[in-house]
Amino acid sequence: MNRPVELAQSQSAVLEVNKVLKNTYALLSVTLLFSALTAFISMQMEMPGFMPLVATFGALGLIWFVLPRTANSAAGIGVVFAITGLLGLGLGPMLNSYLQMSNGSQLIMTSLGGTGVIFLALSGYALTTKRDFSFMGGMLVVGMVLVLIAALANIFLEIPALSLAISAIVIVIMSGFILYDTSRIINGGERNYIMATVGLYLSIYNIFVNLLMLLGVMSDD
Amino acid sequence: MDWMKIFSALLIILMLVYIVPRAKGMLKNSPKASNNDMVAALIPLLLVIGFVFLLIKSV
Repeated sequence: MNRPVELAQSQSAVLEVNKVLKNTYALLSVTLLFSALTAFISMQMEMPGFMPLVATFGALGLIWFVLPRTANSAAGIGVVFAITGLLGLGLGPMLNSYLQMSNGSQLIMTSLGGTGVIFLALSGYALTTKRDFSFMGGMLVVGMVLVLIAALANIFLEIPALSLAISAIVIVIMSGFILYDTSRIINGGERNYIMATVGLYLSIYNIFVNLLMLLGVMSDD
Repeated sequence: MDWMKIFSALLIILMLVYIVPRAKGMLKNSPKASNNDMVAALIPLLLVIGFVFLLIKSV
């Protein structure tokens, strides 16, 4: 008796998930382009070396205190652009320092391409298998806490091998977050495309930065 | 620059203060994984590690 109602409900749930997915990927594409633009501006203006730190402080402030209050309104889109723009600005000095290496542009392009391949492959995997990766949440966050403790120690210890290990582990953890975030969208755990976009953007950003660091250290030049 | 180190450390400490309580909550509330789930998550992550290794070899 209730079959038509159940069918209509499940169809509406599927439509809702598709809408969140479509909006997330559309906003993600635009914010990545916007980040690239602000990174380019930052490179042209030769922003000082402390810019990444200032940009990260600003972006985290927006993510922690402003985004949760605006994520359900149109203002949330502006906040996402502010976050991604700031993080893009912070990339400028790092990209400029890599460009001074003889194979710098190759390293940047390899990191960019590698990040794209990792994101597309993992998103495609989560989308096609439709598996629920919500069980990974606790492990990934604990992994992140351990990485932060190691990074904090390494600010003062300055062990190059530890720095490399941290970069490699961050790439794996962020890859896990791509699976986790995508599966949350597919399975209805995340219905806010603004929050979903920021989650995926941060994973992509961290993979790019850490891949660039790894390639920079491991390259021959 | 020493003040850069101090601000970097401060940033990480702030991140930890924000993340640790959430990590505890997520650990408590995360569903248990079956062996199949673990394999399904580990395979793509191992492929990512292999891919990164290939990228390192290529530069």
